[in-house]
Amino acid sequence: MSGWRPRNTAAPPKSCDPELTRREKILTIKCAVCGTIRMVRKREPKRPRRLGGRYGDGRATTVTGFIERHPAWALILLIAIALLLWLILAVWPPGLEEAIGRKRVFLNAVFNGITLGSLYFLVASGFTLIFGLMRNVNLAHGSLYLFGGYVGYAISTWTGSWVLGFIIAFIAVALVGIVLQIVVFRRMEGEDLRQTMVTIGLSIVFADLMLWVFGGDFYQIQTPNWLVGPIELPLVTAVRSSGEAVYLRYPLVRLVIFVAAVVIGIVMWLALNRTRVGMMVRAGVDDRDMLAATGVPIQLVFVAVFALGAGLAGIAGVVGGTFQSISPGEDTRFLLASLVVVIVGGMGSIPGAALGAVIIGLAEQLGSVYIPTYAIVVTFLIMVLVLALRPQGLLARR
Amino acid sequence: MSLVQGAHQETSQAAGARAVLLSWPEFNKPAVWLVAVILLIMPFIASGFFLIEIFATTLILGTIALSLMFLAGYGGMVSLMQLTIAGFAAYMVAVFGMSANTNISLGWPWWLATPMALVLATIFGTLGGTLAVRTEGIYTIMITLAIGAAFYYFTNQNWPIFGGHTGINTIATPKFWGVDWRSDIPYYYVTLGVAAFCYFAVQYVSRAPFGLALQGVRDNPRRMAALGFNVNAHRVAAYAFASFIAALGGVLQVWNYRQISPGSVSVGACIDILIIAVVGGITRPIGPFIGAFIFVILRTFALDLLVKFGLDGNRFRLLIGLGFLAIVFWSSDGVIGLWERWRRRTATPDKRPGGGHGHG
Repeated sequence: MSGWRPRNTAAPPKSCDPELTRREKILTIKCAVCGTIRMVRKREPKRPRRLGGRYGDGRATTVTGFIERHPAWALILLIAIALLLWLILAVWPPGLEEAIGRKRVFLNAVFNGITLGSLYFLVASGFTLIFGLMRNVNLAHGSLYLFGGYVGYAISTWTGSWVLGFIIAFIAVALVGIVLQIVVFRRMEGEDLRQTMVTIGLSIVFADLMLWVFGGDFYQIQTPNWLVGPIELPLVTAVRSSGEAVYLRYPLVRLVIFVAAVVIGIVMWLALNRTRVGMMVRAGVDDRDMLAATGVPIQLVFVAVFALGAGLAGIAGVVGGTFQSISPGEDTRFLLASLVVVIVGGMGSIPGAALGAVIIGLAEQLGSVYIPTYAIVVTFLIMVLVLALRPQGLLARR
Repeated sequence: MSLVQGAHQETSQAAGARAVLLSWPEFNKPAVWLVAVILLIMPFIASGFFLIEIFATTLILGTIALSLMFLAGYGGMVSLMQLTIAGFAAYMVAVFGMSANTNISLGWPWWLATPMALVLATIFGTLGGTLAVRTEGIYTIMITLAIGAAFYYFTNQNWPIFGGHTGINTIATPKFWGVDWRSDIPYYYVTLGVAAFCYFAVQYVSRAPFGLALQGVRDNPRRMAALGFNVNAHRVAAYAFASFIAALGGVLQVWNYRQISPGSVSVGACIDILIIAVVGGITRPIGPFIGAFIFVILRTFALDLLVKFGLDGNRFRLLIGLGFLAIVFWSSDGVIGLWERWRRRTATPDKRPGGGHGHG
């Protein structure tokens, strides 16, 4: 067709956020013959990716941009990180130990906080992914977590294999997620509030069904033999009077889980940012209707994302069952944790979930060590602070 | 309220006052009078158990759910922290008033402790609302749920003020003019009076200029902002009003049970209030009371009923959850919506009411 002419190229429609498709620009063109408007994508030349500094055209990168826009915050952040690193790495002077207790306690709290954060990340990443794409605040996410924990417990005690527990829990909970998406949520697409109400109803029903089947007992999933016991980390906690350094000993299983969570996070980030399906998901997060209009089988993407998000909650359930224990009530606890994590980190953002999870995990553990009666208040204050300063969350784009 | 422009407010207030006097449809229906009379003479019909465990509890839960109905129905903000506000008021009554935990309670007389609790709970709810209005729609649910859950865990952890997980026991209830206001019959009338006051207050506010503006904010915030209304101020004011109602419910609740513990402000209880409001219907102030009645009846008799059918009597929450799911699936207006649909189908077209208020 030769009738298509560019039209008002200055302002692309808001739904076509150029940030989303990185190197693509949306132009609207108008047909000179029939007057209809159509949108086309124009690819821009590839730019080298850089973390700091500037691109060739003088555009600042993310890090430089942040420092330029908020110099004070960047400074505070830098000092905080440096202080934390010093507290972790240095041998504490005696005065400090007197003021805030022993370094071993502090290091343990920090490590517990980070590993707890990795658990929160596993739960919250599924939650945030489902919300981001489907605008579905899945308040039954805690129930999926608990269900995963129970399945993992049943499988690992039955077969004696911890890893198999993970796999079966992932599959089982993902199947529940698929059924939910197809049977329930597909029928009320676009009705956010009603979907949320339904998830509340589902969480009540699930909680009671699980109470029925598994009772009110505490279950703990057995850690496999090859992961039992602490290992010594190259971090000095104290120096004996003989000059001999005491190193930190920390449970191996927690470190393994932490590494696994990091790997899962990176794989998810790569899948979202480097694959075609990931591109569809990101496009759907930004504008669902536009994505559907381009002919992507969006229902399939929805089901896949819901399955993935639910499955992650299931895995997290097994992790939680190994770390701590599973019992009725844990569903609410982890639902709250993922709510706070995504409110802090930013709805629909995977890096946001990671950042939020580490912040909340650290706040919870450090809080429970240093101010036991008011630990929950710290978590809550962080949420309030974020809502007051940046209501959309730390790493959300909008 | 100085939320709208002065001139505009005066004219609409005068017109509003006339309209309000003309349009209390409640006073024109015989059914309403019948219900009112039955409620008034209830103590002469029902035994103490029914009076307190069923009717007073219904009125209390209905009052708390009414505050949610006001926010959700007129303001479009589904707040899950209404029970938390009520619980906060209850805790404040216990902290300022007299109780068995003498190291916590300050021992103020009830006529000082209760207004203090109401004021503090209203401030608490308003602050929570100020946080919640920074976001919209489903985010509100998440933030208010997070506030509610945080309060629950906080009361569990905190011993100096909230008495940890055992809570505060044997809270003193008011006795004056020679009447023990916690004995069954006076207490029933107190709850009935407070519930009626809240009901009519919500009715009135929903038709007052403020309520109409709030409904405008619910339907189209951008347009209301363009018309010169301060959208956020209206929302925060709605939270303040709803918090006061919830706080009244909380004070009644703590007088009823004479003790308060974290279990009363748990997340499950917060969600129960949402269930009550949604099952009853969030478009009319009467909805929460109907929902509360159904909820209380189910909670009290489900055990016997389930056992009679040969099922496990402990599956009460399953029943509630399934009922809630069914309501959400088939009637977005709750029981009221079902009733109105049924009436519309049976009634002849000319008898149809001239459109409900509330759902603008």
